[in-house]
Amino acid sequence: MSDKPDVDTLITTLAGKVDNHLAVHHRDSPLMVGVHTGGVWVAKKLHALLGIDEPLGTLNINFYRDDFTRIGMHPMVTPSELVSVDDRHVVLIDDVLYTGRTIRAALNEIFDWGRPASVTLGVLVERPGREIPIQADAIGVRLDLASHEYVKLGGPDPLSLNITRKG
Amino acid sequence: MKKTREMRSSAESLQVDAHGRLKHFLSIDGLDRGLLISILDTAESFAGVGERAIKKVPLLRGKTIVNLFFEPSTRTRTTFELAAKRLSADVLNINATTSSTTKGESLLDTLRTLEAMHCDMFVVRHAQSGAAHFIARHAAPHISVINGGDGRHAHPTQAMLDMFTIRRHKGEFASLKVAIVGDVAHSRVARSQIHALVTLGAAEVRIVAPRTLVPPGVESMGVTVYNDLHTGLADVDVVILLRLQNERMQGALLPSSHEYFQYYGVTEEKLAPAKPDAIVMHPGPLNRGVEIDSDVADGSRSVILRQVGYGIAIRMAVMSMAIGSHAAAEREDG
Repeated sequence: MSDKPDVDTLITTLAGKVDNHLAVHHRDSPLMVGVHTGGVWVAKKLHALLGIDEPLGTLNINFYRDDFTRIGMHPMVTPSELVSVDDRHVVLIDDVLYTGRTIRAALNEIFDWGRPASVTLGVLVERPGREIPIQADAIGVRLDLASHEYVKLGGPDPLSLNITRKG
Repeated sequence: MKKTREMRSSAESLQVDAHGRLKHFLSIDGLDRGLLISILDTAESFAGVGERAIKKVPLLRGKTIVNLFFEPSTRTRTTFELAAKRLSADVLNINATTSSTTKGESLLDTLRTLEAMHCDMFVVRHAQSGAAHFIARHAAPHISVINGGDGRHAHPTQAMLDMFTIRRHKGEFASLKVAIVGDVAHSRVARSQIHALVTLGAAEVRIVAPRTLVPPGVESMGVTVYNDLHTGLADVDVVILLRLQNERMQGALLPSSHEYFQYYGVTEEKLAPAKPDAIVMHPGPLNRGVEIDSDVADGSRSVILRQVGYGIAIRMAVMSMAIGSHAAAEREDG
């Protein structure tokens, strides 16, 4: 495992896995949604690779975070942009799946936009550290990082994965 | 004047905490450009909530917000109430004009009673200038106070929703000429609008009003005064009309509402000197045929009804910012 996996290769891998997952479960005309900020970068590339017609949706989960009462409002400029998700097969994309809290918040927000037929979760990087029972359906790469190691997607142009160690 | 200065210095320290976060929202005066921009940006992100299937975000779930209105108001109170509900807060509406305050309970006793109910925020509307400041100074530390209009002093959420409207429809402030038309002397809205426009760097802020309705010394706030509507509206991008309060007629400040309309009432014809793509704003309620003609109010340049929707987004922004900073501060202290 190199410290800097090639992001474009990972996105191609992820695109194949998302496509496969949708096909196996007969989920046609999906609606792709990226989570701000890194998830949107990844989703834009996937969206093009998979040739999805429907415009890409974006989620800013700031209003659904579970740490509002601890740290207050985040400064935020980009609102969520989504069409109705009613009866749609939503493909939710994020850059890194770590504690699972971001995805919990994103799912809550999606259900406030309507009742989707299904939600598929695709992430560029999966790493250990889940604090709630959430798992991805499609993964670009799994990095077995220790708890003092952090991975962050830099971007948007070019995209790069950066791993840092703290402590 | 002395009173205003005292209110100003206390507002600065009261409103913003050591980390530059909004603690209370009492007046525009004392807030810097960065904070005003962050209120507008936060409101922008709330603006879409009203268009979703479920018009609510869970941000203030479990928080209790009290609308403490000592002065009658339908529009402001309902938009504050809706804003709080869209943030998932619980809302208590206290119409203090008909409650125990009329039975002689003091303001501080009313406050203590509400604090005992574990409320998190008071939205205060009062006929007395400085009432919201007074409450912010005396309320328990965990409580945020939002000024929903105090006397002739300030109405900061109205001013910010107007700024939001201007930015959405006209873009950056630095290139804009804005005319505020009407009874500036008695208007808390105008005072807050002027502070906001000047702080946000509008190219020119004009006041257009008869001499009797221009507050003395207003030029020191950074505005140009025009007594004539035609020259005052020349080349402006934004026309903000103020409501002419009927009670002003009795003080001999104006001969009659009919005559006011003759000289200052905005009709399509009198709007001609403004830029062709100028927008027309009004905080409501409208006095049709007094400060505004129906053709203008219902015309293509009017953004008056949009202002109402934007008002909800702005109130969601200041409520969540103020409660959020209290939450963060409590955690830092503890």
